[in-house]
Amino acid sequence: MVVATDPHSSNPVEAFANLGKSKSTKTILKVVILCFIAGAAVASRLFSVIRFESIIHEFDPWFNFRATKYLVANGFYDFWDWFDDRTWHPLGRVTGGTLYPGLMVTSGVIYHLLRALTVPVDIRNICVLLAPACSGLTAFAAYLLTNEMTTSSSAGLLAAVFMGITPGYISRSVAGSYDNEAIAIFLLVFTFYLWIKALKLGSVLWGALCALFYGYMVSSWGGYAFITNLLPLHALVLICMGRYSTRLYVSYTTWYALGTIASMQIPFVGFLPVRTSEHMPALGVFGFLQLVAFIVYIRAALPSQQQFKNFLIIVAGGVFGISLVTLVGLTSAGYIAPWSGRFYSLWDTGYAKIHIPIIASVSEHQPTAWPAFFFDLNMLIWLFPAGVYLCFQKLEDEHVFIVVYSVFGTYFAGVMVRLMLTLTPVVCVAAAMSASQLLNTYLHVKSPKPETAEAEESTDKKASKHAGSLRSTRKPLVGIYSFMSKVSVSAAMTGYLLLFVLHCTWVTSNAYSSPSVVLASRMPDGSQHIIDDYREAYQWLRQNTKEDAKIMSWWDYGYQIGGMADRPTLVDNNTWNNTHIATVGKAMSSREEVSYPIMRQHEVDYVLVVFGGLLGYSGDDINKFLWMVRIAEGIWPDEVKERDFFTPRGEYRIDGEATETMKNSLMYKMSYYNYQSLFPPGQAQDRVRGARLPDVGPTLNTLDEAFTSENWIIRIYKVKDLDNIGRDHAAAASFDRGHKKKKAIKKRGARTLRVD
Amino acid sequence: MAAKKTTTAPAPGATGTTTSNIVTSASSAPTSSKKTGSSQPWNTVLLNVVDYYEDNTPQRTKLIDVFMAFLVVVGGLQFLYCVLAGNYPFNAFLSGFSATVGQFVLTASLRIQTTESNKSDFPSVSPERAFADYVVGSLILHFFCINFIN
Repeated sequence: MVVATDPHSSNPVEAFANLGKSKSTKTILKVVILCFIAGAAVASRLFSVIRFESIIHEFDPWFNFRATKYLVANGFYDFWDWFDDRTWHPLGRVTGGTLYPGLMVTSGVIYHLLRALTVPVDIRNICVLLAPACSGLTAFAAYLLTNEMTTSSSAGLLAAVFMGITPGYISRSVAGSYDNEAIAIFLLVFTFYLWIKALKLGSVLWGALCALFYGYMVSSWGGYAFITNLLPLHALVLICMGRYSTRLYVSYTTWYALGTIASMQIPFVGFLPVRTSEHMPALGVFGFLQLVAFIVYIRAALPSQQQFKNFLIIVAGGVFGISLVTLVGLTSAGYIAPWSGRFYSLWDTGYAKIHIPIIASVSEHQPTAWPAFFFDLNMLIWLFPAGVYLCFQKLEDEHVFIVVYSVFGTYFAGVMVRLMLTLTPVVCVAAAMSASQLLNTYLHVKSPKPETAEAEESTDKKASKHAGSLRSTRKPLVGIYSFMSKVSVSAAMTGYLLLFVLHCTWVTSNAYSSPSVVLASRMPDGSQHIIDDYREAYQWLRQNTKEDAKIMSWWDYGYQIGGMADRPTLVDNNTWNNTHIATVGKAMSSREEVSYPIMRQHEVDYVLVVFGGLLGYSGDDINKFLWMVRIAEGIWPDEVKERDFFTPRGEYRIDGEATETMKNSLMYKMSYYNYQSLFPPGQAQDRVRGARLPDVGPTLNTLDEAFTSENWIIRIYKVKDLDNIGRDHAAAASFDRGHKKKKAIKKRGARTLRVD
Repeated sequence: MAAKKTTTAPAPGATGTTTSNIVTSASSAPTSSKKTGSSQPWNTVLLNVVDYYEDNTPQRTKLIDVFMAFLVVVGGLQFLYCVLAGNYPFNAFLSGFSATVGQFVLTASLRIQTTESNKSDFPSVSPERAFADYVVGSLILHFFCINFIN
């Protein structure tokens, strides 16, 4: 097809050799390649749909999915004012004002658009496939961004490929991972592209576009603060390098003025841009730029250096001092909130663990282990520094951006696992620059002749006297002479690239494509066995409980219960109220006598625990238990003590030697209730913790076992009503145990009637 | 650089000011008058600035400067009101204040882009383009402000 467009081709081989020489052919080629890249990016994210089904993954996506359904069903205004009384019982949640609506609105718009085009499509499928679709756009945005950095368009294409398939980004954008990051990364990269464009051209229009996309980014992800701080930092670095230009003034002030007011439109952000310290650097640089622009104007106006110096010292010093004093004053007076806890934990990695266990308890907030860099970025991680070095060689304004971005992105990625995501784009761009530089150098078929090289050298020397101050830029560009070295280097590079593709596919298919709602295991004969306990249990809840039965569980499962079982929950993954979560933690970690009043007060009907002991599923509640204890201890240090859950030798045990506090805690009892009955006497074993359990299991007085899923992953307990004749539950239960089973049967019959 | 000088305003400066290459302006001269002291060097500084401004600014740019001065006054008044009378409808204050600030920087950008001596910084922005951009930027700004004002 492409060959046919080239009129000069006489035979196929020649045509192939001439391919990509003319400009229009190059454009067509680029478009085709970009389409293929987008296709590859989408395809590599579909493992989970093919292996399992079109299903929403994990935890947060379930809430986004539920919110999207609400938006589609009730319209935009209802969504905006949505007060959700089915979460955080009895508090409720002002959902419309406490979420980032960008993701839901995007899928809502797509849904209505497709409907208008008479394409009948399920909203669930839109939600599932939104992230892969956006990844194609991200690849395109990476192409555009890289093209701003270098003249070689092969770098842009390489960046697009890297961006499309690198596991660091795939981890958050596989099909079904319907999370804010799905569209946010595209917006992040595209905003950066627009910023560079605005800075290069000094155009208000591009600055305004950048602000608009920044606003869109703010509406979709809390990570917008990264942009809010990176752009001012870039501007500040440019000013400090003496590269202030009127273009910088135009683009930055346009972006800030429009972007800030745009970000305030989101109810969840609201006044934060003028109230919190995270946003103050942007404001400070904005003011600083005004000052710098003014000073530059005055310098042009003043005839002598001395006058200017006087002026500069007084005015600049005065303004700087006053604004610093004002900032400190306002912060101490409470008008500007100091840095929030999440940001402190970025500077001091130990901070969250001590002060805010709720943040530290989230696995994606942990510091990154070093193999994760190689796992997520593979060979890009060693091409990346080379790309940054190339940026230093040219060092235009836009290269400074890459340098600043890479320094900060690397730091933050090292501090928090999830911020690997913000590092990935710059790694792709820088790595593509170095890879294309290498390939461009070594893939020239013709060897340069020594004379021309020397001539180049002499012209270069002349040029360098004016321009290059760095020694490296003065060096002439000498080609590669030996055919052997060309072949070996290009072959090695091709090998690395192929390995990279292999690695990416392997990581994606093995590590990032599990929905975590549905588990898969292998049978002895190699066939796949699906473990579907979560949905089994949620379906049970949906069908067997009252519409408004309150479910108590640890907050991890709040969104899933809301989304799949459609039942009110006490706490969920939107961890806005630490005390409420601590209340649940206290109920879980205390004795039954303490927990029962708490559950009565919160009108809890059912309690749900996740138990992986039978199957060896390690993400269960007993393993998370210490976090519940810690969070509860943060509020009630006298009643819940972490130390009591450890044996005197400091071990966390669940077998016969577990501490009394542990054995009496509600969580322990619910997890192991009746568990020993599955095994022959003395054989009961917990497969996650590899411990042998005592023969006599725990007794539950205030709860009844209501449901246990096939593999015992989910266990649901019903909270007993008050005793009919006013006994406490322990007495009633022991009375029952002392007598015949008749009464228990009778009691159970009465209870089922009440449930119906 | 030499070519740049010839394209600047006709009178290169009556006080014999040798203008440096970077002629940039963001703030209007009226704002600078606030920052003067009473001592002798400050008078000369002020005089020089005013002279330079009078000689090197075309009439149209002066018009822009008047608008910018107006915006500064309006913004100052709003801020004063906020400090004295309280910020109760904070939405309204914020959107009003950001409208003035935003309009100020957009106008400053227009002024920078249309100043002859900055031509070399903006190869792709003609005065007409600058004005069109200015209109687009203002429209977006005021859309958000009105949406935010409650």
